[in-house]
Amino acid sequence: MSTGLSDNEIIGKVLNGDQQAYASLVERYQNYVFTLAMRFIKSREDAEEVAQDIFIKAYRSLADFRGASKFSTWLYTIVNTTCITFLRKKKLDTYSLDQEKVFEVADSQDSGFRANLVEQKSRNTMVNEAIALLGADDAEIITLFYKAEQTLEEIGKILGLDPKTAKVRLHRARVRLKEKMETHFAEEVKDLN
Amino acid sequence: METQKQMEERLWDYIDGLSSTEEKSVIDKLLQHDMEWKKKYNELLETHKLLHSSELEAPSLRFTKNVMEEIAKYHIAPATKTYINKKIIWGISFFFIAVIAGFLIYGFGQIDWSAKSGNGFQFDLSKVDVSKFFNNTYINIFMMLNVVLGLFLLDNYLGKRRKAAHKKA
Repeated sequence: MSTGLSDNEIIGKVLNGDQQAYASLVERYQNYVFTLAMRFIKSREDAEEVAQDIFIKAYRSLADFRGASKFSTWLYTIVNTTCITFLRKKKLDTYSLDQEKVFEVADSQDSGFRANLVEQKSRNTMVNEAIALLGADDAEIITLFYKAEQTLEEIGKILGLDPKTAKVRLHRARVRLKEKMETHFAEEVKDLN
Repeated sequence: METQKQMEERLWDYIDGLSSTEEKSVIDKLLQHDMEWKKKYNELLETHKLLHSSELEAPSLRFTKNVMEEIAKYHIAPATKTYINKKIIWGISFFFIAVIAGFLIYGFGQIDWSAKSGNGFQFDLSKVDVSKFFNNTYINIFMMLNVVLGLFLLDNYLGKRRKAAHKKA
């Protein structure tokens, strides 16, 4: 196994014919990629299939990775395009920022969540559920910034945005997340303060 | 009076470490003396901590194995820059630049620079006569050039394929 090696070292090994070394990269990034895919695709099965597809695409295009950016940034660009393509193909609801329906959908989902509120949710569950209530654009940017630890410049590259626009989008996403938490998880939020 | 939105934006920048040194010291002071700022800061900081503490979703345990089984069927594709022929791109660019330059030169050649007019520079489009360039002869020359260029590119392509086949053999 190639654990302990940097991403670029592992990529070097893979490009030199050591296909098995790629497993370390998959293990290193599978949770990030899967979480990001889940932000777009609500079904676990579909998200897993798409995540698998993303790693295959990344493997096939590995020779195109020139190391100008972090491997993770390059990989998340593939996540972004693959998920959008998947949603277009499946014609699923892409909860865009511009869609008024976002809130209607969120509210209808909330009824399901409320039924489960009998049991006290852990902080993690609450945050993940609140993120799931957001539109895909908001959920993605929050995940990239907080979980995938990408800078605003890197997020800009992934989403094809100017860093300043990425910053504004992140800010809007956080405001919406806070609103969601206050609306749907008022009790938990109160306990936190 | 600072709006709530502006306050939040400044505080988020402060929390994310994106504030300038000057801005940071201003906010430090505000947090010490202004209760409203302090309250909002604590609120946002709590959200920030929550977001950092949230866990990632995990795929099934067989995920890596599935990916590795799939990629065993594939080869890494050659880097894009190795199969995109820059000469073709340059050739196409040159063709378009030459056409644009030709039109410009011809257009400017039609202007009567000695003509005096009170309105300064005037460009009379009606004077530009392109019809003589789009007569049969010129179109035939243009088509011939394209055919020659096409044959040249096809020859290039076939030559490369032959070389690649030789190398493999």
